[in-house]
Amino acid sequence: MVLTLALRNLFHDRIRLIVTLVGILFSIVLVAVQLGLYLGAKRMIVDMIDNAKGDIWITAFGAKSFEEGGVILTPRERHAALATPGVKAVVPLVVSFAEWRKPGGGSTNSVLVGTDPEDGGLKPWGVVEGEAASMAAPDAVLVDRSYLTDLGITGMGATAQIEQGRVRVRALTDGIRSFTQAPYVFTTANRARALLGIPRENSTFFLVQLQPRANIEAVRADLKSRLSGTEVLTKTEFRNRSLDQWLFSTGAGVALIGGAILGLIVGIVIVAQTLYSSTKDHLNEFATLRALGSSSGYIIKVILAQAAFSAILGYILGMSIAMVVVAFSVQTALPILMTPALAVFLFAITFGMCAISAVSAIVKVTKIDPAMVFSR
Amino acid sequence: MTAQIILSAKGVVKDLGHGAGMVRALKGVSLTLNAGELTLLMGPSGSGKTTLLSILGCILTPTLGNVTVGGESVKGLGPEGLADLRRRHIGFVFQSYNLFPTLNALENVRLALDVRGMHRQEAHVRAEKALRDVGLSHRLRNYPRNLSGGEQQRVAVARALAGTPSVILADEPTAALDSENGQAVMALLSQLAKDKSRAVLAVTHDSRTIPFADRIVRIEDGLIVGEERRTESRENISKIDVTRKRKAHV
Ligand SMILES: Nc1ncnc2c1ncn2[C@@H]1O[C@H](COP(=O)(O)OP(=O)(O)O)[C@@H](O)[C@H]1O
Ligand SMILES: [Mg+2]
Repeated sequence: MVLTLALRNLFHDRIRLIVTLVGILFSIVLVAVQLGLYLGAKRMIVDMIDNAKGDIWITAFGAKSFEEGGVILTPRERHAALATPGVKAVVPLVVSFAEWRKPGGGSTNSVLVGTDPEDGGLKPWGVVEGEAASMAAPDAVLVDRSYLTDLGITGMGATAQIEQGRVRVRALTDGIRSFTQAPYVFTTANRARALLGIPRENSTFFLVQLQPRANIEAVRADLKSRLSGTEVLTKTEFRNRSLDQWLFSTGAGVALIGGAILGLIVGIVIVAQTLYSSTKDHLNEFATLRALGSSSGYIIKVILAQAAFSAILGYILGMSIAMVVVAFSVQTALPILMTPALAVFLFAITFGMCAISAVSAIVKVTKIDPAMVFSR
Repeated sequence: MTAQIILSAKGVVKDLGHGAGMVRALKGVSLTLNAGELTLLMGPSGSGKTTLLSILGCILTPTLGNVTVGGESVKGLGPEGLADLRRRHIGFVFQSYNLFPTLNALENVRLALDVRGMHRQEAHVRAEKALRDVGLSHRLRNYPRNLSGGEQQRVAVARALAGTPSVILADEPTAALDSENGQAVMALLSQLAKDKSRAVLAVTHDSRTIPFADRIVRIEDGLIVGEERRTESRENISKIDVTRKRKAHV
């Protein structure tokens, strides 16, 4: 009967139910979008690091992120690393912001990623046109098709200029997005050096792959002692450093999380308000229940059930709309990421929000004086 | 033959309100309710009838004095303890029925049983029987707005009855009804009072309810001023015990 009563109370006043659901829905969509953007940004920031096969990253001292590593490591560090016990391979990467000159005039910033796929370090993924191997061809670069317009080109075979050198698009990927909005442009390490006009032996990162059963911490300590003027970071550390740089130093992450919290507060206020006014409207019934001998626990259950039903309905509606927003965001500069974990988290948050909202109604109802049943 | 005492109030004083607005609504009331009897509580408006009913029904606790229901005292009980006592012993019928508008007749009665933690299957059977007992087996699925006042009050009686309380307390149960429906509800209450394990008390203004009573208690200005008992045959009221208790205010 608790559930029956809760449902009837809820559907008794349709307008209030609609206000409640709109409140929850608004809240969920806002939180989903903000957190989805946050997750999307996070994924974009760490995608390169996650896709690179290496347990340890050697970077120039003070490297802030994947995009800002500098190009100053030399073969001396590479050899020292290779000589370290437990190290299987050391793969050089050349990464730098570079000016992309559009064929039709004008230019844009890009991130040039010089990598030799055959080294087994970082290989472009999600190739949808052409082949990754075609990177070896003269002038070849590989870009993501979502940035074709930004790069001022139409597709395969297009030519452009990076800094002073001519390049031709030999393959297209799908889904390699850039948080900085400077598109990633893949090419070989040597062509990257040539385009950037830096010495043939310099690199941005050394990606260290370990031998099976090597102890990552021991190898790292060893590498640190052998290499001066560099940093030796685990994959996780480098991820976190990139995230810190782009999400937190820039304030973008704080804004997104702040937006999500704001969404929650709005939701709580609206639901608390409607639940409280519903409880007030039904106060006489709750007093009657109390006169009939119901425990206050029973009445609290009715209110919590009302909150829970609102949560479930609001979640279903809110998520449906959020999924539409997510679908529309895929092709935008900031795709929203909806993961199963985020969906579960949002469900929990919706419930928590409705439970918090129920507090004022519960306080009201526990103060009921059953004697009011006679004073009508 | 002395009837079994089901509920007793001793020296009950009740102050209502706070500070300057405080009113001594009951000024020392002692009363017992016996099994198998319908007692009418009569008195002018503002004399303390509802207050007394609330105290007998364990909704309010006395400022002074004590109430015992089924041998259990209300002394020292908090809101939950009182609710528990009501759940186990008391059934209420209100002037304005106090049915749940969003529940149909059957659900209204079932709710009172659900509150007692009764299993839904059993509650359904019991609720149906209670509604049959008040003559509403054809109105089980009707919502209060589709029932007449008399029918609504009978649902309320069924709700009070279904929990098999030892005391049924009714506050002006006929006040909102026309004469015919009022008579029907009173007949029903006097019927329920024939059960030898149950006492029924009804607050009323209406002299037409007198023929249904086994006993009439009169209250004025917070004091019981008279008690009349009808003969066994319930034919005429014989004043066997009229006690003028108007003492100095306590
Ligand atoms: N909550 C309250 N606060 C102060 N006085 C009250 C309150 N409720 C009732 N009273 C007063 O107590 C007296 C008895 O009231 P009540 O028991 O309702 O009388 P009856 O039911 O006989 O009309 C009246 O004088 C009334 O004004
Ligand atoms: Mg009254």
